[in-house]
Amino acid sequence: MSARAETLAWLAQRASAAILALCVTVHLATLIVAVHEGLSAAAILGRTHGSVTWAAFYVLFVVAVSVHAPLGLRTIAAEWLSWKGRTADGACVALGIVLLVLGIRAVTAVTL
Amino acid sequence: MTRSDWRSRGHPAYWAFLVHRVSGLLLALFLPLHFVALGQALAGEEALDAFLAWTERPLVKASEVALVFLLAAHFTGGLRLLVVEFVGWRRESDKAILAAAGGAAAFCALIYALNLF
Amino acid sequence: MPAPEKLLHVSVWRGTAAGGFRSYQVPRQDAQTVLDVVTWIQRRIDASLAYRFACRVGMCGSCAMTVNGIPRWTCRTHVARVATGERLQIAPLANLPIVRDLVVDMTEFFDKWARAKGGFVPTATRRGDFARVRPDSTSRRAVDAAIECIGCAVCYAACDVIAWNPAYLGPAALNRAWTLTRDVRDGARRERLAAVAGDAGCHACHTHTLCSERCPTRLSPTLSIAGLKRTTALATLRGEL
Repeated sequence: MSARAETLAWLAQRASAAILALCVTVHLATLIVAVHEGLSAAAILGRTHGSVTWAAFYVLFVVAVSVHAPLGLRTIAAEWLSWKGRTADGACVALGIVLLVLGIRAVTAVTL
Repeated sequence: MTRSDWRSRGHPAYWAFLVHRVSGLLLALFLPLHFVALGQALAGEEALDAFLAWTERPLVKASEVALVFLLAAHFTGGLRLLVVEFVGWRRESDKAILAAAGGAAAFCALIYALNLF
Repeated sequence: MPAPEKLLHVSVWRGTAAGGFRSYQVPRQDAQTVLDVVTWIQRRIDASLAYRFACRVGMCGSCAMTVNGIPRWTCRTHVARVATGERLQIAPLANLPIVRDLVVDMTEFFDKWARAKGGFVPTATRRGDFARVRPDSTSRRAVDAAIECIGCAVCYAACDVIAWNPAYLGPAALNRAWTLTRDVRDGARRERLAAVAGDAGCHACHTHTLCSERCPTRLSPTLSIAGLKRTTALATLRGEL
């Protein structure tokens, strides 16, 4: 990738990280409250079903992580597996799409 | 050429890097499973409840605590990196920041674990 | 009769990359540096031992070697501080090809310096007036904080990313490029930013901070590289890169 493209990838990683910082704070707090109240489908779905706020929040979360995780794995692949170039970048994009699809599916499952 | 060995790496910032990378890797591997598990709700509450019953096993609960630690550690370590890259880095305060990041992550995992009971 | 000598058991790398460690016994002295030890071996035991040094007083950086696994200036490393139980292990600097024994080939280190555009490119001529740069300006202070690098390659030897990513320009080259980025007189900003961006450049740094930890001059390539990350990001967003 060109210097410009690599810099944009770095920026995307940091921007998604900043968004995830907010999302993870909320998520950690939610996890702790949820497990305190007991994990059951009724408890989880009771909180999220039909909620536009939760849907919006989780969609943002899923999009951010679909950018962040593949870029991170791409660096590990390049440095520890010596896997670089077109195929590695392609795998990165593919993984991003998989996470996005599975993630939106999960958000739909708990909010609709 | 020779390569550095562990003697050169026994250094808090290096551990922080390793924790950050390994936690990121494990979280990335866990994530698709997490999405698929939640997707069970598409099949109705009973399907999700069946899955949640499986997670009541002690080994799964222990893994959950570990995952919470990994998430919190990756988060706090990442915050430190955002500060280093966008604000600045000082030799003198780095050790304290690392300790705070590690402590906060452990604290989160502890709170989660305590709330399991 | 002189008192019985205390002996140091010293393991020294001999040969090329395919070589190995050889043991020597060296008398312990007070205020002895690792360079003293290497010199003693070469003069009294084995004249074929190859090593570099020049000033002996911590100014030139020529004597950098790996001592007990850590890259150091051997003239400034007291044996008393690093010998673990009268044992010392001395090897050539890591991450650079071994010429022989304790001597490494520094070509790649300086080639990367050039590749990072680590040289000043003037814009004025002798016919113009002197450039006026306030020493207390933010940009000059940023330069001053990082300018004292003498190119000893200790940071390069300490960096793990180089082992994983041989194309990585390394802390010293990037640190120097940073000082030039902040030098208001320099005329090669665009080319330099293009040279230091990317996965062989500043974006490959993962903040292990081993470079800053080991730098004998107490510089912070960590800080400089973070600065390059910000500068290249801003330049990209502005369409300059």
